[in-house]
Formats: sequence, C-alpha cells, structure tokens
Amino acid sequence: MDFFLQQLINGITLGSVYALIALGYTMVYGIIQLINFAHGEFFAAGGYMGVILISYLSAQGLHPYACLAISLVLAMGYCALLAMAVEQLAYKPLRQASRLAALLSALGMSIFLQNGLMLTQGVYDKPYPTEITSGGFEVGAISVSYMQIFIVALTAFLLVGLNLLVFKTRIGRAMRATAQDKVMSALVGINSNRIIALTFAVGAGLAAAAGIMVGLYYGSVNYTMGFVPGIKAFAAAVLGGIGNITGALVGGLIIGMVEIFAAGYISGEYKDVFAFIILIGVLYFKPTGIMGENVDDTRV
Amino acid sequence: MTDKTPILELKNVVSAYGRIQALKGISLKVFEGEVVSIIGANGAGKSTTLMTICNIVKAVSGDILYKGERINSVNSDILPTMGLCQVPEGRRIFPRLTVLENLDMGAFFRRDTAGIKDDVERVFDLFPKLRERRKQLGGTLSGGEQQMLAMARALMSRPKVLLLDEPSMGLAPLLVKQIFDIVKMINEQGVTVVLVEQNANLALQAATRGYVLETGNVVMEDDAKALLANPDIRKAYLGE
Amino acid sequence: MTIHESKRLWLACGVGLVWFLLLLWPLLGIKPEGLEFASTFKVFGYVAVAAVFVMFFYQVKEAGYLDMVGTPTKQASTALGKTYDKAPTWLLLGIVLAAAIAFPLVTGRYAHDVAISVLIYVCLGLGLNIVIGLAGLLDLGYIAFYGVGAYTYAILSINYGLSFWLCLPIAAVIAAIAGCIIGYPTLRMRGDYLAIVTLGFGEIVRLILNNWMSLTNGPNGILSIPRPELFGYTFRSLSSMYYIILGLAVLTILAVYRLNYSRIGRAWEAIREDETAAELMGVNTFLLKLLAYAMGATFAGFAGAFFAARMKFVGPESFTFLESAMVLAMVILGGMGSIPGVILGVLALVALPELFREFQLYRMLVFGGAMTLMMLVRPAGIWPAKRVGRRSEEAE
Repeated sequence: MDFFLQQLINGITLGSVYALIALGYTMVYGIIQLINFAHGEFFAAGGYMGVILISYLSAQGLHPYACLAISLVLAMGYCALLAMAVEQLAYKPLRQASRLAALLSALGMSIFLQNGLMLTQGVYDKPYPTEITSGGFEVGAISVSYMQIFIVALTAFLLVGLNLLVFKTRIGRAMRATAQDKVMSALVGINSNRIIALTFAVGAGLAAAAGIMVGLYYGSVNYTMGFVPGIKAFAAAVLGGIGNITGALVGGLIIGMVEIFAAGYISGEYKDVFAFIILIGVLYFKPTGIMGENVDDTRV
Repeated sequence: MTDKTPILELKNVVSAYGRIQALKGISLKVFEGEVVSIIGANGAGKSTTLMTICNIVKAVSGDILYKGERINSVNSDILPTMGLCQVPEGRRIFPRLTVLENLDMGAFFRRDTAGIKDDVERVFDLFPKLRERRKQLGGTLSGGEQQMLAMARALMSRPKVLLLDEPSMGLAPLLVKQIFDIVKMINEQGVTVVLVEQNANLALQAATRGYVLETGNVVMEDDAKALLANPDIRKAYLGE
Repeated sequence: MTIHESKRLWLACGVGLVWFLLLLWPLLGIKPEGLEFASTFKVFGYVAVAAVFVMFFYQVKEAGYLDMVGTPTKQASTALGKTYDKAPTWLLLGIVLAAAIAFPLVTGRYAHDVAISVLIYVCLGLGLNIVIGLAGLLDLGYIAFYGVGAYTYAILSINYGLSFWLCLPIAAVIAAIAGCIIGYPTLRMRGDYLAIVTLGFGEIVRLILNNWMSLTNGPNGILSIPRPELFGYTFRSLSSMYYIILGLAVLTILAVYRLNYSRIGRAWEAIREDETAAELMGVNTFLLKLLAYAMGATFAGFAGAFFAARMKFVGPESFTFLESAMVLAMVILGGMGSIPGVILGVLALVALPELFREFQLYRMLVFGGAMTLMMLVRPAGIWPAKRVGRRSEEAE
C-alpha cells in the first residue's frame, strides 16, 4: 500500500510535467492543426535558460528563492519569444501549404533548435544547482520531496492562470473563437496572426516552466531532453482530446501515472514504451480522446 | 443623376478560388441607407461576392471601394473596425462560446465597456430569446436562435454597412419574417444592408434595389420593385 | 523589384537579425562569472554577413543583373536536358552502370566507404519512397525495419551460423512482417497522427533492441558479425562489399521502377491522392496500404542485413529517430516519388557533407535548417516526380 501511494505521488509529479508540455501541443493543434514537432525543444530550452539564469543570479548573491522565481519568469519569457520567432519563420508561411510541408518544417526546426542548444551549451549534461531542490519529509514509509510539492503547486498555479486567461479574459475568448472558426473570427475583427502567435507563446512558456522543474528534479538538463518527453506529452494531449485544455491536464496525469506505475510494477527499462502504447491505442480506438477534440473544422 | 459617392462599390472585380474563377468582373454600387439585394441561382457567386468584399477571397483584379477608399488590401479583421461587417452563410456562431461570449466577440475591437454593456442590453431587447439563453453554449441553440445570435453579434460592432448572407436559410417561415422585420428595423436606424438571398421574393421585397448574378456576372440591375415586376425575373427566380 | 519592396525585404532581414541576436545572446552570454557579449557578436557577425550576402545576391538576381550568367546557363542546361531526353535510356543507364562498376578501381578506401553509405541510403530512400512517395503514408519510424533486418542477420549468423545469402531474404521477410504489424494499426488514421504513431513504433523497436538483453545484447550490441562468403571467397575488403550493395541497389531501383509503373503503383497513387475515391473505385485500400508498408520494409530489411555484414557490429544507437528523419529528408528533399530525385537527395545528404568534414559539428544544424528552408522555398524537392500522364492545364 505504501509502495502504491509512493508511486501515486511520483506519478502525479511526473504527470504535472507532462500536462504542462501537453498544453502547448494541444493549444497549437487546436488553432492551426499543426503538430509542433519543435515544442519539445521549447521544453529543453526552458530547462537550459533556467539553469543559466539561476547560476548567474545566485553568483550575483541573490537569495535562492528569488533566483528561482526570477529565472522562472525570464525563462518562460525567453521561450515565448523563441516560439513566436519559430512560428513566424517556419510555420506562418506554410499555413496554406500541405500538412506534410508544415510537419516537415516543424521537424527541421526541431532538429535545428536541438543542435542550436548543443552548439551553444555543449553535449554534456548541464547540472542544476541542488541547494534549492533538496529536502523533503516522510509520512510513514512514504517520502515526499519539497521539489515534488513545488512541481505540483507550480503546475496548479500555472493552470489556474491559464484558465483565467482562456476563459475569463477577452483575449482568451478570442483564442477560443479563433480555434473554433478561424474565418469567422477574422470577420468579427480578431487578428488571427496575433492570436496564433500568442498561443505559441503561452504554450512555450508553460513548456519552459516544465523544463526548469525537470532540471531541478533530476539535477541536470541535456540538449536531447526534449525528444522523448515531447512525444509522451503529445500522447497525453491526444489522449485527453487534442485541442482540449482540460484534456491535456487529464492526459498528462494519466500518462505520468501509467509510466510510474508501469515502471514500478511491471518493468523499469520499458517504461517509455507504455506512453507510446497508450498513444497508439488511443489513436486506434478513440482518436478524439477522452474529453473530445476541440479543433476548427470549418473552412471558407 | 445622383453624384453621391456610394458607401460600397465594386468595380469590375474578378476573384478566384485557386484556378477556378468565381467572379468574372462584378460591378455594383450600394448607397448609404439602402437595402441592396443580390439574387441568383446557386453557384452564381453571391456568397463569393461578400467574401471577396471582406477579403477572405482575394480579388484578383478590380477595385473594392468602401466610403470611396480602396480596401482590396485591407486585412479582413480591420473591416469591422471601419464599420463593415458580415453575417456569413450558415450562421457560424462560435459553438463552444456562450451567447454572451459570442456577443462579446462581436464587439472585440471596441474598448468602451459601458457602450458594449448597453449594446448587449439593446440586442437582448431585440432578441429576448437570447437573453434567456445568455449563458448557454452557442452550439446548443436551435437554428433560428443561432441566426438571431449571428445577427446580434454583428450588431455589436455597430456596423455602418451590414452584409447578410442567406439569413433565411433553413429557417421556418415565422422566424424568417422575424429576421426580415429586424433587417428592416436596422435599416431604418441607419445601417446600410447588402442582402444575399436565394429566396428572391423575400430579398426583393425587403430591398430598395437589386442585382441579379449569373455565373459570376451581373446580368441585371434595377430597383427592387421593377425586378419584382420583371417577367424574366419572375420566370427564372420567382417561380412563375 | 521596386525600391519599396526592396526596402521592406531589408527591413524584414534586419528585424530577423535583431530577433536572432536577442535569442542567441542568453544562450551564449549569461555566465555565472558575468555577462559577456564577445562570443555572441562573433557568431552574430558570421550570420549577419551571410544574411547580407544572401539578400544582396537575391536582389541582384531579381533585378536581372545576373542574367548575363543565368541565361546562357539556363540555355545550356535546357540543351543538355534535350540531349538527355533524346539519348536512348539504355545508353545513359549503361554509362552510369559502367561508371558505378569501375568506381572502386579508381578511388581509394575513403571513397569506397562513402559510396557504400550512399548505396545503402539509396536502398532505404527508395524503400521509404514506396511508403511515403507512392502510397502517401507518412512513416516516421521507417528505420525500425532497417534495424530489424540488421539484427536478424546478426542473430541468425552468430547463433545459427546461417550464411549471409540465406539471411538476406529472411531478413527481408521478417522486416516485411514487422511492416505489416506496424502498419496495421495505422490504417485508419489520418496523416499527422499516422506520422506520430509510426514514430512511436520506431521508438518502441529501438527500446526493445536496447533492453532485450538475451536476444539483442542490449546497448552493447552484437559484435563479430561475419562477412558474406561465396564459394569460399570471403568479402573482406570494402570494395568487394561495394559490389554487393551495388547489386542490391540496382535490384531495388529496378523493383521500384517496375512497381512505379505497375497497377499496384497506380493504386497506391490513387490512395495517396484521395483515399475515399480510391476505395469507391474498387481499390482495396486496406491490403494495398499494408503492402506498401511491407514492400518498403523489405528493402530496408535487405539494406539492414548488408549494414550488419559491413559494419560487423550492430547496436541500437544506429537506429534512432534521427536516422528515420534523415532518410525522410532524403526522399522529400530529393523529390518525393521520383527515383532520380531520391538518389539526388541521398547524394546531397550523404555525399555532400563529406566534402565539408571540418564543419562536422554543424552538420545536423544545417540539416534541420535546410529541411525547413526547403519546405518554405521548394517543397516539391530538387527533382520532383514527373506525373504519369498530363493534366488538362499542362497540355500544350
């Protein structure tokens, strides 16, 4: 029973990370029907910016919590800008082109960004400073680390923020309107280019936060860190229902928990396989996902 | 001969879907305060005309003039801010936004919160059913209610020129009458209306003037009453 | 190009460079010791100079100043093209084949190495071309079949002593079976989902290869794989291996060429263009799609078995997604659906980088950027497929 609860906690932690990354995939697919292959690289870039900033700020003598908070915000901002640049350069010109062309452009960007990180930051793992991250407490035989609490709490906080943005602000309504009917949104005066850029920015910001959390949790980042979590997060987005924000959360948590429980009870080495199996299963049996799709299915 | 500038004018507009020509050189004028109807068979290019005006379909050649200025290269989303608004074919309300949210989107570019609130109330006075359903998702409304919502949403932008594409489509006769009464009322309040309709009778009854489209060309232009009395029109479009 | 357009282009270039600087600096310039700008400006310098060069060149070209060079070149190439069309195909192919056969005799070991790689990727590219170019199935996990073929030969030759020539068809068959297994769930999926699923399968195969210690020896891989033997002669030298892969490549080209112009090829193209319509016309899309996967996998299986024999070693790290992406790029960038296009794509992505060995580190970066650039500028590829038959608008 203790083992089960421990795995549950670990699963929720991992699931939160996947949920944050999945949101970026789902929001972008919801609005322009593109699988942003490069999204995993925003996650990686966020992880890198996090350690770069934290190292710099703490060398300047800032208190660790302040370092973390400022780095979080700045890294999210950086990845938002990066995502907007990538969208403008590699995706916007291909909006009328075939889906294959856009997909391959995204693939090219993914490889480009990954190698950009490699060339600027090196091939080796970049370690995260561990003072901020250590420590935890025990509840019986179950250990909960402060990092885990931080991850879940931050995810919850970001999700509340996203919810507010998307459901309570006018620009959020515009995002939803554009995702539901792009032509009509233009006819009511919504500049879809700006909305799409904003969607990319928000998605990447969330992924960046996930990247920092992962860096803190595992103690290091690597330029290849975006690939596998990226696919798993996409699986989560599809599982929950592509385009559906709540779906991304649900999907992320499920994938995270399945991975942890499978690793714990079945096999540690094959844990990555389970996410892929879920992905294939969902797409085969119920492609619209658990909570249903939310994409623009109208055309002029 | 009037020398008033038309509030909306098309001069020899040619537009295409890819390589297929849809409009082959359309010229029409709409003067302020009028209701102008565009009638014609299916595929004649009526909806394309409205979509071309709004720059959703690009005009390959010709001029589209709004208040005397060429708007060919103005982005679609700017037009509502200039007072030109379209209620496209098929209602196209945002299905997963509530009625209120749909209306808010109609006023997206406006900043005057108080004015928007007033307009929401006015629109609810016009369409009481919408007030009842204001927290409901657009996609759950009936066809008629969606049409009302689409029109209400357009009114939220305080348009000077309103383009309506087939407002009667798929609606019961009673609802159609309601819609057209509202169109009349909007027009009386000063909004110029361009009405595209397959139901030629309704369209011409409501209009000041009319244009007849056939496979991408304007084949006839006259006062609405004259068109209604025209034997060729009666035979082709009014079912006689 | 008008002054106005030119100004806008320079402005866009300038804005782009500013963004680049803004995004580059945090990665290079923020260090715990302090903020530094020198390294960023160095990189930015190179990029800016290159960008200005390209812009300048483009504007000069658009203004027509390059026509002095361009027009005669174009005329020459059109004339060349006409002679190419007039010359009998068998003569041209004969020349190419003769050159290919003579190749190892006039070149050194390094060139043999590159040539073998090129030929392996030609087989892979043409195989993937069947799946994606003909049938229109976006397979991102294609390299899995390559791995299956390679490991099949490795395991069978080491554990059971089977000869290379026997394992070749076995590897192909097993790869084909894998193709059917992987293809089956994807048959009802739409384009982008299909891509991700095949990617997932590719990863699953790699993970299995990496973790099934008893069968595949896990991350350590399988060593001491024997070279092929024929009537007592062991293919020890690279140049001898070259002839084997040349033979395989020629077989692949012939097979793909025949498939291209067969009823099956037509059916695949119908599926690619409009699956519903194809189904309604009596095309058994289910079987044909499965067949496409199987056939594509077969050629990968051949190539894989050869690869194992050539390297004498296989490990899971040779069969990553990046490899799949590279083969995909060769097909797409060269020209989807066209045999010369794929070959050109392979040359561009395998042989060309060898000329720039000093820039090895930037190879993948350039590859990624080139892929995006190609989609933006020339999505049909360098040598696109000629459509069989003409559409009404293209007829003279």
